[in-house]
Amino acid sequence: MPNSNFFTPSIGRCYSKNQTMPQIFKRPTNAISRLTIFGGVFVVAAVAWGWASVVYSPFVSGEWTPFDQPVPFSHEHHAGGIGIDCRYCHTTVEVSPFAGIPPTATCMNCHKQIWRDSDMLEPVRASLSENRPIRWNRVNNLPDFVYFDHSIHVSKGVGCETCHGRVDMMPLTWKHSDMHMQWCLECHRHPEHYLRPRDQVFTMGWKPPMDQDTLGRRLVTEYHIEPAFKLTNCSICHR
Amino acid sequence: MEHRRDLPIQWRSLDPKTPDPRAPMPSQLGDVNRREFLSLMAASLALAGVEGCTPAATLPEKIVPYVQAPEDVLPGRPLHFATAMPFAGYGVGLIVKSHEGRPIKVEGNPRHSASLGATDVFAQASILDLYDPDRAKSVTNRGAISTFGAFVSALSPRLEELQSRDGAGLRFLSGRITSPSEGALIDAILRRFPKADWHQYEPVNDDNARAGSRMAFGRYVDSVYHLDRADVIVSLDSDFLYWGPAHLRHTRDFAARRVFNPADGSGRGMNRLYVLESTPTVTGFKADHRISMSPSKIGELTTAIASRLGVAGAPGQELNEQWFEPMMRDLKSHGSSSIVIAGETQPPFVHALVHAINEKLGNTGHTVEYMEPVEMRPVEQFASLRELAQAMQSGQVDTLIMLDVNPSYSAPADLEFSKNLENVKLRVSHSLYYDETAAACHWHVPKHHYLETWGDVRAYDGSVSIVQPLIVPLYETKSSHEFLSIFLGNPTRSNYDLVREFWVGQYKGEEFESFWEQSLQEGVVQNIALSDPLPASLEASPYRARASRPASPLTRGRITSTTAWTYSPPREGETASAASGGGQFRTPQAPPGPGNLDVLFRPDASVYDGSFANNAWLQELQHPLTHLTWDNAVLIGPKTAHDLHANSEDMVDLVVNGRQITGAVWVIPGQPENVVTVHLGWGRKVSGRNGMERGFNAYALRTSDNPWHATGGRIRKRGEKYKLATTRDHHVTEGRHMVRHMTVDDYAKDAGLIQRETHQPKPDQTMYPAYENIDYAWGMSVDLSRCVGCNACIVACQAENNVPTVGKNEVARGREMHWMRIDTYFEGPAAEPDAYFQPMFCQHCETAPCEYVCPVEATTHSAEGINEMTYNRCIGTRYCSNNCPYKVRRFNFFQYAAWDIPSLKLLYNPDVTVRSRGVMEKCTYCIQRINRTRIDALKADRKIQDGEVLTACQQACPANALVFGNLLDENSRVRKLKSEPRNYGVLAEYNTRPRTTYLAALKNPNPEIAGFETAQHNNG
Repeated sequence: MPNSNFFTPSIGRCYSKNQTMPQIFKRPTNAISRLTIFGGVFVVAAVAWGWASVVYSPFVSGEWTPFDQPVPFSHEHHAGGIGIDCRYCHTTVEVSPFAGIPPTATCMNCHKQIWRDSDMLEPVRASLSENRPIRWNRVNNLPDFVYFDHSIHVSKGVGCETCHGRVDMMPLTWKHSDMHMQWCLECHRHPEHYLRPRDQVFTMGWKPPMDQDTLGRRLVTEYHIEPAFKLTNCSICHR
Repeated sequence: MEHRRDLPIQWRSLDPKTPDPRAPMPSQLGDVNRREFLSLMAASLALAGVEGCTPAATLPEKIVPYVQAPEDVLPGRPLHFATAMPFAGYGVGLIVKSHEGRPIKVEGNPRHSASLGATDVFAQASILDLYDPDRAKSVTNRGAISTFGAFVSALSPRLEELQSRDGAGLRFLSGRITSPSEGALIDAILRRFPKADWHQYEPVNDDNARAGSRMAFGRYVDSVYHLDRADVIVSLDSDFLYWGPAHLRHTRDFAARRVFNPADGSGRGMNRLYVLESTPTVTGFKADHRISMSPSKIGELTTAIASRLGVAGAPGQELNEQWFEPMMRDLKSHGSSSIVIAGETQPPFVHALVHAINEKLGNTGHTVEYMEPVEMRPVEQFASLRELAQAMQSGQVDTLIMLDVNPSYSAPADLEFSKNLENVKLRVSHSLYYDETAAACHWHVPKHHYLETWGDVRAYDGSVSIVQPLIVPLYETKSSHEFLSIFLGNPTRSNYDLVREFWVGQYKGEEFESFWEQSLQEGVVQNIALSDPLPASLEASPYRARASRPASPLTRGRITSTTAWTYSPPREGETASAASGGGQFRTPQAPPGPGNLDVLFRPDASVYDGSFANNAWLQELQHPLTHLTWDNAVLIGPKTAHDLHANSEDMVDLVVNGRQITGAVWVIPGQPENVVTVHLGWGRKVSGRNGMERGFNAYALRTSDNPWHATGGRIRKRGEKYKLATTRDHHVTEGRHMVRHMTVDDYAKDAGLIQRETHQPKPDQTMYPAYENIDYAWGMSVDLSRCVGCNACIVACQAENNVPTVGKNEVARGREMHWMRIDTYFEGPAAEPDAYFQPMFCQHCETAPCEYVCPVEATTHSAEGINEMTYNRCIGTRYCSNNCPYKVRRFNFFQYAAWDIPSLKLLYNPDVTVRSRGVMEKCTYCIQRINRTRIDALKADRKIQDGEVLTACQQACPANALVFGNLLDENSRVRKLKSEPRNYGVLAEYNTRPRTTYLAALKNPNPEIAGFETAQHNNG
């Protein structure tokens, strides 16, 4: 049979008794099928990798993206430049699960004296005069089935910076971490990698004075941090 | 060979109706053919696609701070405020938890003497009423939306006209009022309109006790029982553990004496309860001797007890019953530490005789005390309502103001209230819901929920609580103080001013402010209690003086007469106004039989008198005895059912004296022969979406001269069936011995029996590695001796853990979502069974069968021994539920949790995930409470103390039957309880090693009667 019949369909054709059925594919085509099977693994892996890199990318988790806000509040200016303590505004961070967003009255403590006529601050003044709260866009948001408690982390030596990054360098606030469960568990499994002394919790740009792990292990003992076996129980965060 | 008992057969149901898992499920879509099915599927796929494309990141959540932060609010941490719930007029002291201004959970106030921190189902469920989307939200004029201003201007000319004729024709109708400040307002109104009159009507009232005390003492007094001091209690048809303003305190005191104390004499510290009753009750099932009898026999029995004790004037009556003599000997030998209690439903002469009996036994002043009624104006309410109905009929009433009452629905049928109401020219109703009465009125003014209002209220023992609001009123409503002050010409006074001013006037000491602050903080006004029944200035009020009371000056404080006491039968005419039965017990014209049934009317355990009809938590709550939900039924006993050829779920007509209702039959164990019980409060015609047209309205059969008991009832079968949703046969345990019990005498002889009967595999007999417990090993102990099956724990759990309701159809399929249930197990014959209540919820097994079968590790074991449930991991295989021997896991077959009703979103506990469709859930030991306490303890670098974490069920329990704590703490209460010999694990033979264990029920039967009972059971 001539080679030109390579792709000719043979179905329905009649053969005489002494003719054997012709070979449809030639031997070299086996290489193509092998390549296809082998390549399929790569294709699946590539798709999976592509999917994962999208899902776990800042595009979906939203980190590194400054959020628009009704008032362009700059942590860089207030915390970094002026040096206001975190707790001046986030008052409940040491006592409550929720760190607290300052009421309008807190802004006006200063801004009834300075920048009184700034256009930028008009929504703040309107909020106070009309008794209507400012509706900020939430930057760090966890799913509703996760129960995070700021107060216990702060009291056990987890710095603000550890999760929120260099807030003192953020003109508009963005998310510093993806806040996936894997990221939470990383610290719950190895708290010694991340702990700092209690008096440095609110410091930005703190560098460990010694090897972090040595210090961390000391703090784990000193602060009675619970063992990883317990810190990774589901009910620690989910209820 | 060790001594073992042949454990008796335990049963839950006369007529098991377990949903057959193999039966074909009715289609959720209705009747759909293939073509429609495909198009539906295509549509849902398309919708799923739409949903899948909505990126969450494009909708940033808003975060909204305060403008001016309130002083005490720390966002994320709840605040607790003391207040009180008026229930049927009496106060229940509460502590309410509030998250950023939303009240979300009600707890009892431990400083309040009427409850000592306990709550009942109504208090727990009352929070749902606050957020009920079906509440009345604005003033209506003949059903059309109007304003409060329009109402006031419409009323003003009428009030001027009324004032010109001194208020003649003006009538008020309210429920029971114990609030001193409301009493003062009423007082002022009656001074302004001297010819006006005030009527009171509660459908479930204590007229009989009133009339009885008038017969005995010549005036109204309230009885106060100290059950903790009583060794022997005899109840004459009284369900004192479940009903009445004192039931929480009664349960607490009663349960405190259901303990084994070998050092304490022959009774070993335990009280003995005899209940003689005409229909099964919670109290009856807790009794050591429960004797059911026809309702008319209770009177005979009381007379027999009185004549045996030699009460002067009591008619001679002998009773030829085997249990009678031993019971009398028991009563007499316990002298002054016994109590005889008559039920509200018994006629006045029974109450009068019981006062005499208690006097003769020497109980007065020890276990029984008498005090002035705490009500502002104690009246006999059926007489009061009858008087109003007659005045309306004769056209004497031209303006009727109704305050939080619903007589168009709940008035006895013979008064024809609705018909007479039409004779009244101006009808105004002030209530929480737009109900039958509101629909019959010209104006309806919606009322504040008690969590929105200022006020005050007194408990049964006289203690006064200030009601303080937890939230700004959600709708355009008015408090009762604000409403009443319209009639004083002050329609704009705020209720805070009105209440506070009253107390400024009452307070005689210095520094009012600190008195006020302290009263609010404690939830109880100090220095006003039992011995000081009334604020002094109210003594001389026209309101009180007009009450039908004898003119003799009242001695203040307790009436502890110790003089010889004579029972004098009432004189002719004296009982004319008294409800029910008069001075003698009635001899029935014909003997009771299938053609002459005794019909009993009782308040309902879920909807009470109908006022909770729209509360889905209560509607779905299993009735403690019938386990019915979302309906009432015509309750009859097995023998009567047999005689009438009627079975459960048969539709019947119940005919009494020419009036009739139609309802479904439900056969219950323990009901005496020829007695029919119907529960009030159902069959509402105007209510919210949950309450409408459920069950039948038993008020249609009720008459004012005999409101609790009618004779001559007949049952006619209609030949139809009606589906009732009962949880009785759900989660059955296939006849295994879940409940263990002993008599206290046997327990004293052989305490180890219970544990020998339980086969507990050895610790090394397991394939699985043991879990290590760090710092805490949580566990619970449930005392079956104490539990009275009141269901408060179920509703408390529902409120705390955002447990949804599912509706009648889903309950009928066995899909109720309650994390805990109370199973009732019976032993013995159906006519006279022994009953045991068993709270059942996740047992937090150390080797939990559910954990091994979960394919996605959604249910796991924590380092503190808790069987955790992680909702966001669950994919809904339901393997865990199949493998759970206790049947305590609940699956969300549909989206049960309400996500789209704005007001209900405010109700959710923010510390607990609201579960979605397709997710398994179960008891978590209130993990949110443990976590919060653990975090607080860790911050302070200390351990959690014993008693610091209370689960919601434990906190609500009036009987203190549930105790939760740390098993690693040697001094914890739970550990001590678990070391008692009667501690056992349910189904421990499966080696599940449950963390929740039970203390076997102890009963204290009279040894002289015990033989009789056994003989009777054998015959039965």
